[in-house]
Amino acid sequence: MTEPKNNDVAKEDARLMAEMLAQQPAPACPAGTAKIKVEDFSAFFDGAAVLRNISLEVCERERLAIIGPASSGKTTFLRSLNRLNDLAPNFSKTGRILLAGRDIYGPEVDVAALRRRIGMVYAVPVPLPWTIYENLTYGPRLAGVHSRSRLDALVESCLRSAFLWDEVKDRLNEPAANLSGGQQQRMCLARVLALEPEVLLLDEPCSGLDPISTAKIEDALAQLRSKYSIVLVTNNTKQAARASDRTAFFLMGELVECGPTAQVFTNPKHQRTSDYITGHFG
Amino acid sequence: MRIPPRITQGLAVSAMWVLASLTLGVLAFIIAYILWHGLPHVTWTFLTESPKAMGREGGVLPMILGTAWVTGLAVLIAAPIGVATAIYLTEYTREGRLTAVIRFGADCLAGIPSIIFGLFGFVFFVITLGMGLSIISGALTLTLMVLPTIIRTSEEAIRAVPQSFRDVSFGLGSTRWQMVTQVVLRSALPGIGTGIVLSIGRSISETAAVMLTAGSALGFPHTAFDSSRTLALHFYVLSREGLSMSNAYATASVLIIAILLVNLAAYWLMRRFVAKVA
Amino acid sequence: MRREKIISLLLMFAALSAISGLALITAFIFKEGLPIMMQVGLGQFILSSNWYPTEGEFGIFPMIVGSLAVTAGAMVIGVVFGLACAVLLTQFSPPRLVSIVKPSIELLAGIPSVVYGFMGVVILVPFIRDTLGPAMVSLHLASDPGPGLSVLAASIVLGIMVLPTITSISVDALQAAPRSYREGSLALGATEWQTTHRVLLRAARSGIVAAIILGMGRAVGETMAVIMVAGNTLDVPHSIFDPVRTLTSNIALEMGYAAGDHRKALFATGIVLFVIIMVLNTIALAVSRRRAGKAVAR
Repeated sequence: MTEPKNNDVAKEDARLMAEMLAQQPAPACPAGTAKIKVEDFSAFFDGAAVLRNISLEVCERERLAIIGPASSGKTTFLRSLNRLNDLAPNFSKTGRILLAGRDIYGPEVDVAALRRRIGMVYAVPVPLPWTIYENLTYGPRLAGVHSRSRLDALVESCLRSAFLWDEVKDRLNEPAANLSGGQQQRMCLARVLALEPEVLLLDEPCSGLDPISTAKIEDALAQLRSKYSIVLVTNNTKQAARASDRTAFFLMGELVECGPTAQVFTNPKHQRTSDYITGHFG
Repeated sequence: MRIPPRITQGLAVSAMWVLASLTLGVLAFIIAYILWHGLPHVTWTFLTESPKAMGREGGVLPMILGTAWVTGLAVLIAAPIGVATAIYLTEYTREGRLTAVIRFGADCLAGIPSIIFGLFGFVFFVITLGMGLSIISGALTLTLMVLPTIIRTSEEAIRAVPQSFRDVSFGLGSTRWQMVTQVVLRSALPGIGTGIVLSIGRSISETAAVMLTAGSALGFPHTAFDSSRTLALHFYVLSREGLSMSNAYATASVLIIAILLVNLAAYWLMRRFVAKVA
Repeated sequence: MRREKIISLLLMFAALSAISGLALITAFIFKEGLPIMMQVGLGQFILSSNWYPTEGEFGIFPMIVGSLAVTAGAMVIGVVFGLACAVLLTQFSPPRLVSIVKPSIELLAGIPSVVYGFMGVVILVPFIRDTLGPAMVSLHLASDPGPGLSVLAASIVLGIMVLPTITSISVDALQAAPRSYREGSLALGATEWQTTHRVLLRAARSGIVAAIILGMGRAVGETMAVIMVAGNTLDVPHSIFDPVRTLTSNIALEMGYAAGDHRKALFATGIVLFVIIMVLNTIALAVSRRRAGKAVAR
């Protein structure tokens, strides 16, 4: 026997709770596991807002996929995480991004060191016009590693992590440009891993790659997840569905929804998310 | 009566070919004529002896040395300054008032005639700074003359390096200077080298400016403060004063061969650069 | 961080060298030459035909006319041959030929001016004096074959010397024209030649004009070759077969032994030369900047 009054209160609570949850697109990571905290971050180019009040967390040891149609701010968001947007003279921002508790835009921050902790792989593989070995050791040498044995060890370990070691181990002194597209992209992934970073940012890394190369990179990411926080921007919703743990949906500079991948794809909280995933627009 | 366009094209192209062939013909004729008359006289003695009797006899060793010194010093000073300017303009600033002023300076400098450089070098280096007619005066004057060329070619070479390389370098945690030296310059080096080699060619050929600054001494230069005569100036004096036609031709032959080698080097470097960056 | 700031500052100082060099040159040339120019009077200096340094008379009019005449002649040759080469190189040559012709033109630019002058003396001057001059006289096109050392000789030699400049800048201008222009014209059924002279040359017009003006600057500034073939007399030339002295020759010939006021007058000649060149180069730069601006806007 229920008291009508209590029921109503309970229902009202539940409704308010659902509303609150619905309005909070960014569930926090389980306590203490947030690697990157983005707090109310907005990005502007020439005063025009490209990102609006983004609040979200990247957990340790997870793959966070960021999906959304073109021009929704995904790449700008990614480039804000390693401060590559600083290179554009007309960039400005408000809000904070905390890496392990400290604002990466703080005045005392060594940007070069930051970019070694947060490494990025780009959409188009960009092998530098050197040998594979030189490509991979460039980052570590910048960081001050000069011992030949240490560099060799780094090269081998990061190529193994990128599932490329077997294919190139005898060709390390050949030009990196001789590799196929898929191999080049894995080399770019290995290049970033050689920095021994904490976070990996990948901006549509498989666009333009054949399905086999794509699969290899997704496999590599699945393995890497046990050591790194990975943020993966992708135009391909199916890739997000199969290759990530949590998914965030960006639309026109705003974060619409963020949650476990399974939940976002089967039971999205927002209509717009559902529309995008089912292909009604985008 | 209307002439069919195919015919007009045929006529026009033929006319242009005639003009172009004449042009190339003149080039070939000049080189062949000089070498034909001069090469027989370019002997080992000629290259290693000093001139005698005001140049009527003997060789051109001091002139070769003088030319090498003046050119070498000029390029040694101009290259770092020019490349630094190019780096500054491309990597360290945005287009604005300052870059416009720098470019204006370089462009104007490029157009000033060599005789004006000679006048300036004379009144500034030789007299005001008291260096006298000397190799160093000549070299410093030539530095100003070749600076615009080095700046221009270096800038083009640096700009040709793809922007994505810079992004990658920054992304891997480099500072701007590390990116410039380890990525950009490494790729742009052949292009920059072309500009430097072209400057060497220009310096070797220069006469009016060195005449007024390095002087015309026939003796062996021992220090940078000695006056010395360059090959081009020596050739001018020999031919104008009619002192020795065979020596004049021989001197010109040495000059032409040097220029040919310089141009070959520049061409080869340019091809390497295009291969690297394309 | 601090290291980066120091590097940035050092680079900036290096970059200021070009403009400081220019400033120094301008300052010293004017410092040396302006007083005598004022003393003689600007009008007198430029318009008088009396150049008698030993008597303190400094009028450079014949030299100005000489420079103008020689430059005009050089431009006729330079533009005709230079543009022909540029058009051939960009529109009508297979790549294999381009790789021969282009370096050859660059080689032409590398030959020392004294060698050009020498060839002029040895081949061109006798030809004008002994063959061309008398031929023109017998055709009643000229009254006097002259000594061969002449405006014509200087024009031809200078024309060949400025040709590479005109060609290379025109090639750049023609190649900068959008491919769609050429393809669109050909698609409409025009021949390559029609495309070239109706569409591409007009599209590249400001670049070609810049090339010509820069070539003019080169011609006005050339010294050694002109000294060797122009004759260096102090009279205003009346025909292309007359010998002539240019502003540059004047300076180069007399600087070796000039002193006092004479030397200052040579600097003053330098000022006139400097101003002419600056005006020409500024016009050329403005024209080519405008082209660049247009291209970007497009």
